[in-house]
This record gives sequence, C-alpha cells and structure tokens, in this order.
Amino acid sequence: MAKDNFIIRIGGDTAVGGVISTGDNFAAAAARIGFRTFTFRTYPSEIKGGHAWFQVRISNKPVYSLGDGCDILIAFDQHAYELHQGDLSQNGVLLYDSDLVQPSPNGNIIRYGIPFQKIARQELEFVRGTNVLILGVMAGLFGLPPASLKEMVKTRYKRRAELMEKNIQALDYGYEYTKTIQKEDKFWLGTADHVARLIMTGNDAITAGALHAGCRYFAGYPITPASDILETMASQLPRFGGVCLQAEDEMAALASVIGASYAGTKAMTATSGPGFSLMTELLGLASMAEIPLVIVNSQRSGPSTGMPTKLEQGDLFQALYGGHGDFPRIVLAPASVQNCFRVSVLAFGLAEKYQCPVILLSDQSLSHRTETIGHVDTDVFPVVDRLRPDGVDPETYLRYQYTDDGVSPMAIPGLDSHTYVAPGLEHDERGHPQLSPEVHERMTAKRFRKLDTARLEIDNEELCPRYGDDQADLGIIGWGATQGSIREAVDRALAAGLKVAAMHPRVLNPLPEERLREFVSSVKHVLVPEVNYQGQFAHHLAANLGVQAIRLNKIGGLPFTPGEIYNKIEEVLVHA
Amino acid sequence: MPDGAKVARAPGAEVISVKEYKSGDKPIWCPGCGDFGVLSATYKALAALQLQRHEVVVVSGIGCSSRTPYFLSTFGVHGVHGRSLPIATGIKLANPALTILVMGGDGDLMSIGTGHFTHAAARNIDLTCVMMDNQTYGLTKAQSSPTSFLGHKSKSTPYGVVAKPINPVLFALASGASYVARGYSARPNDLADIIAGGIRHPGFAFIHVQSPCAEFFNTYDYYDEHVESLPPDWDAHDLKAAVDLALTEEKRHLGVIYEEERTALSDAVRKFEPDTKQFDLTAYLQRFS
Repeated sequence: MAKDNFIIRIGGDTAVGGVISTGDNFAAAAARIGFRTFTFRTYPSEIKGGHAWFQVRISNKPVYSLGDGCDILIAFDQHAYELHQGDLSQNGVLLYDSDLVQPSPNGNIIRYGIPFQKIARQELEFVRGTNVLILGVMAGLFGLPPASLKEMVKTRYKRRAELMEKNIQALDYGYEYTKTIQKEDKFWLGTADHVARLIMTGNDAITAGALHAGCRYFAGYPITPASDILETMASQLPRFGGVCLQAEDEMAALASVIGASYAGTKAMTATSGPGFSLMTELLGLASMAEIPLVIVNSQRSGPSTGMPTKLEQGDLFQALYGGHGDFPRIVLAPASVQNCFRVSVLAFGLAEKYQCPVILLSDQSLSHRTETIGHVDTDVFPVVDRLRPDGVDPETYLRYQYTDDGVSPMAIPGLDSHTYVAPGLEHDERGHPQLSPEVHERMTAKRFRKLDTARLEIDNEELCPRYGDDQADLGIIGWGATQGSIREAVDRALAAGLKVAAMHPRVLNPLPEERLREFVSSVKHVLVPEVNYQGQFAHHLAANLGVQAIRLNKIGGLPFTPGEIYNKIEEVLVHA
Repeated sequence: MPDGAKVARAPGAEVISVKEYKSGDKPIWCPGCGDFGVLSATYKALAALQLQRHEVVVVSGIGCSSRTPYFLSTFGVHGVHGRSLPIATGIKLANPALTILVMGGDGDLMSIGTGHFTHAAARNIDLTCVMMDNQTYGLTKAQSSPTSFLGHKSKSTPYGVVAKPINPVLFALASGASYVARGYSARPNDLADIIAGGIRHPGFAFIHVQSPCAEFFNTYDYYDEHVESLPPDWDAHDLKAAVDLALTEEKRHLGVIYEEERTALSDAVRKFEPDTKQFDLTAYLQRFS
C-alpha cells in the first residue's frame, strides 16, 4: 500500500549548494497542492562550505514536529550518506549520486543511484541545474505532480527566459528519467485536498503579527537567526508608513525602540542571545520609565558565539532575570509557526496595556523552519493601544500615578500637552527624581502590580492549552517550539495505553499559575523537557510553584524528536 | 493660567516667556557649574524660537549635565549612560515633527556613547546635541575623562593622563555632523544664538560647549584666556577650513564652525515609499500562499 506520509532528508555540502533550496522547493510544491509540510534545516555558520541538511515531513494530515529519523535520504555526497544513513527507517529509500557516494550493502533499505552531476554536465550542459534535476527525479519517484514544481520554476525565472527554459528542461529530464527506474518503495504522495494553505517560517509569522498589531518602528542589528526579521521590516515598513533602522549595535537598537515607543509608535527589535545580552542594559530603563516595547530573541546555542546556526532554549534565565535591579518584564514563547502569529500580536497587546518590555522567545528551529498553516483568523487577536491621559488636566497629570492595576496614563509628545520626563531614576508620581525608601518601595510594587493584573488575562485555556488524557498519571509541561514533539509523543503514549497529558503555556512570566497548579496537582509525575542543560524552565516552575519535576534535557543544537520524549514517558510510567 | 493650557493656543497668539520653559525644579549642580550657563542659554533659545513645550523633547544620558531634562517644562527622557543619541534617534524617526535636544557631557557622548555619536552624525539625525564638556567626571567625583588634558592628574589617573584628548569638534566633522559649533558656558547669550541655530538647522547639529566644573576641575581662567570668536568673515561651508581650525589647539574658537545642507534620515526614510497604505493582513499573507 502506498504511503503518503513520510520524511525526506537531504544532506550535502553548501559549497556545492542547493541542499536547502531543493528541499524548500519540494516542500513548497507539495504544500501548494494541499499537503501539510513541516521542515527543519540546519546549516554551518561558514559563508560557503560545510555540511547542511534539510528535512521535510509531508502528510495528508496535520503534522506537528519534524518527526523521528527519515524515510527517504537524498545524499549529495559520501559525507551526507555516512552522517544520516543511521537515521533511515526500515525499508527507507536512499537516493544518491552514484558517482559520489558508495553506499555499504544494507538489506533493509532501497537504493536508487543516479549520476546526477554527470547528467547535468554531459546531458543537460547545465551544471547549476543539478538541483532542479534532482527535484524532477524526486517528483517522479515519490508522486509529486510536476505541474506545481514547473509553476514555481516559471515564477522564479519569469524575467530570465533562457534560465527558465534550461531549468524546465532539467526538471523534465529528471521526471522522465524516473520512468527508467524500477520503483521498489512504497512512498507515493498522489493527491491532496487542494485546500489553500500558507507556508511560512516562524520569523515570517512573527513579523506579520507585529505588522498586524500596528508595529511601525523596527530597529535591529544583523544576527543569526533573527536577521530576516530586520530584512523583512526594512522592505515592508516603509510601505505602511513605518520606519526600519539598521542600528550600529544592539544597545542602539533597543535604545531607539525605547525612543520610538516613547514618541507614541509601537516598536520592536529582534535579536539572538548575544544581542539580547547587550540589550539587557536598556531593559531596566524600559521597565523603570514604563515604555511599551517588544524584543524578539530567537535563541541559538550559546554561550558566547556558541553555535550560531543551531537551536537551544538557553536564554530563558536571561529573559526572566537579565538586567540589574528588580523589575518586571513579560516573557512569551510561541509554540509553533501558526502560534508565532498569535503570540506576536499578544506581545504588542501586553506591552501596550502594561507599558513594559515584552520578550518573545523564539529559537533557531522555530524561526527558520516552515510549516503549512491554516486560515489566520484576525478577529480573535485584539489589537490593543496604550492608555492615554484623555480628559486629564495637564496641570495635575501624574504620569506614574499609583493605581490598583499598576497602569498609569502615558502622554505622547506632540499629541498630548501633558509634558513629563521619562526617568531612569526612581521617581515620584509626576516622574521627578525621588530617591526616598518609601517611594522606591511603593513605585517598585506599582510596577510589579502590572504583572499581577496581566496574569488574570493570560491564565486561560487559549494561552495555556492542555492536551491528552483527562486522568493522566504523567503531566508534561513544555515551552516554546517543543510543543509539536511533545504532542506527538503524547499521542503515541495514549495509543499505547499510557495515561499522559501535556500543558504548554505561551506566557512564561507571569506564569498562568492557577492552570499550572491545577494540572500539577492532578498528576502523579511532572516531566519538563527542554533544549538546555540546566533545566531553566524546570527551575522557574520550582521557584514559582514548588514543582519538583522530572527533567529531560537535550543540548547539541537539534530539536527533540517525538521518539525521544516518548521514550522518557515510557521510562517514567512503565519502567519506574 | 496653567502652563499646560497654553500649548493649545494658536502659535504666535501669545509670546511664550523664558520662564515658561522652566520646570520649577532646582538644578542639583554645584555653585559655579558651567551647566547653569548652558541651561539658561537653552531656555533663551527655546523662547527665541517660540517652540511649543509639548513639541520639544530633551533627551539625556547619565552625568551632571544629563540631569538637564528635569529642569525644563518640555517632554524629556533621562535615559541610560551613553545611549541618549539612539533614544533620540528613535523619537525623531517616529515623529519627525518633534524638536529634539540631546544634552550630555563629555563622558556620556565621547566615552561610553562614542559609537552612537558617530552614527547619529553620519545618519544626519535632525536634532541638536549640546555637549557640556567639563573634561572630568563630576557625578562620580573627579576621575579623568576622554577630553581631559594630557598629563592631567585625577583620582583615576594619579600618574597623569597618557591618552591624547579626544577633539570633539574634529570628531564631529569626521563623523559627518552637518552643523558643528562651539560655545562657552560663561557666554550664555552667544551660546543661546548657537543653540537656536542648531535647532533651526535641519540635520545633526553638534554644539561643543566648554562648561567648566567649578568643583573638581576649574578651567574658567584657562578658557577666559583661550576662547576666541570666529572671524566675522568665517566661511562655515568650507569643511577643510573647519578641520584645520579644529586642529588648532592654541585657541578654542567660538561660533558656527561648519554647516552643510544634507538630507536628514527622518526625511529620507519617508521618501522611500511615496504612497503608503494601510496594512491589510489578508493581502499581506498572499505572499506566503
């Protein structure tokens, strides 16, 4: 029986090129006709050269993670073969360049060796067409209708007729070539539902969410894996009356975001861990002067320069506690590409409402992977604007007025006549320097009170969903991009008769304490999987809720697979 | 009549007095501090231009002189050490209609904030940066600064300063500042004219003010002797002449040393797309289909 749900992995050297683009094109073509896709990519941080690999999981049903191992391995070279062949599933397929790869005999896999480079050079006289040739072969072998690939090639080269023709030739050659191959595997896509879906990366969704929320000022300093947010903002913001600044460093980026927001414009910056470290200098000012703003930190493996192109959930402590002094900030973590959009809109809503910095923690895998996402319902994501001193007498206006919810009206220069100085110094209600013990205590409490108010609106099912068995023995609490792997592990456990459930809060500070407490008290064991060494979220839960969780930590720069989490579930519930 | 009510008044309907730009907070500076002269010149410049208080933002970093925003009745930001210029950049880019003054010292702008200074000048951010140079660290009490004289002995340089002092005017010219001037705090009327000129200038205006610290490094006698007005026929549009002048260390010349017309960043970015439109998510998402 044909299998229309499989994982393709492509590996090769970036000096030759095309590993990522071949995979991306195949995924996009499949998504275009209605398949759900979930991609993962990892590449060296060298400019040219070094091993890169790309993976796409394709299915007729929703997919939530990169999956376990791969069913089809496309090896551009011997190194790719050696590195990945151990991950190939039973009866998986190895498609390789027969001049460059010498596979060892293995009875459990199906091999198709094709001299890709030789064909491109001798038959097509178009060496750069190797990738498109491979795409044609993939389409023919695994049942992807070539029409959708052809459309993509035509769009891409619409202004370069000669290149378009050569690429179409290569694509056709590859597709026709497969007719000479005796197909022995069972992987075949066939047809999908043709429902229009979007194919986006996490960074695409974060940026779209920000624009929808009304972000009209962006400043950033280039850094992997956040640079594409800067690039998109640079090209898009001017079209909607906004401004994007490539700042001289991350301190300047955040400083100018503080300035823009002070002046009344919704503002954001995006960076990764090393840049966020620099920004923590100004985080305190934003919290002290109560300036709404959003900082995206797309985490990568650290410390120091670390592994710039690999993921890690290593900046949670920095997001929660980074900076000098004692001050509130809100920390969010989207759980999927689709969720990036929602959490990005939420980030602006919370920033504007509670006039404080909001940190959105993404990571390398989430920022750069693509997912097919369904309809984006904009109505359910309210756009929020800050409280202004309308109707307040400018003479008696108190910018930092003590209020029950901690929120005070914020005047905008040029628009409001309620002048005030946004202070880095401790201050009285007017904003004037006031360093008495009583005022510092009262003002600190006022600022933190905003988190208590915010907690009330985030402690709900939508922002802290629960998944799985209602009477679970084991409860998994995850954060960020691990959601999909956890969900699929839970599905597997439920199918195996294990009583498991998962909770995945999108807001990490303030925590949705009521829902988490209820969840924790309803299970016998709590498991916290996270891609870091110290168990930073487990620490956070222990500190705030007194939860003593079983930890599952992974570092090394790759995301959790569902299998790794499932194995831990088994270990706790079956072998304990 | 309350101050706040006056901003709603039609421009020119009633003259805004110097006094109205004062916040009422008493400056925390030591007696004899040069910054008093700079503050008084700033009030005068704002009054001379009759700027509406709610359309002016005074931005500062950290240091004695960076306390200035609290003494004005305009909008203001008292920010982080060294970061006044990028904060001001964000304000200006967000709302180009605002008048921005950046007030700070030699530590704020020529030490911890040096990297930002050169970029704000190069981008030609339309603001007026007034640097009160006292050649010492006042707030932290008498350490040396980047503009301290060679050999200057201070608590942090007991063997004397070895580093060559940074030349703020030369640095501003090299960075691309489009209005470069020097004033002296003991001549507040001249300084008021220079500051008003900086505010009128549509680009990055840098005003280097010799503003002595009476407490830790009293240079009044030195500057009384060394300052000299620019010759009346000075051509402020000659960059090479301005550089030569900045290199002349025997005298500190007062006045507008250099001036050029160049597009400010806040104007340039608004011309990238002449026809802007409302953001529509459904239309935007089409690119991902």
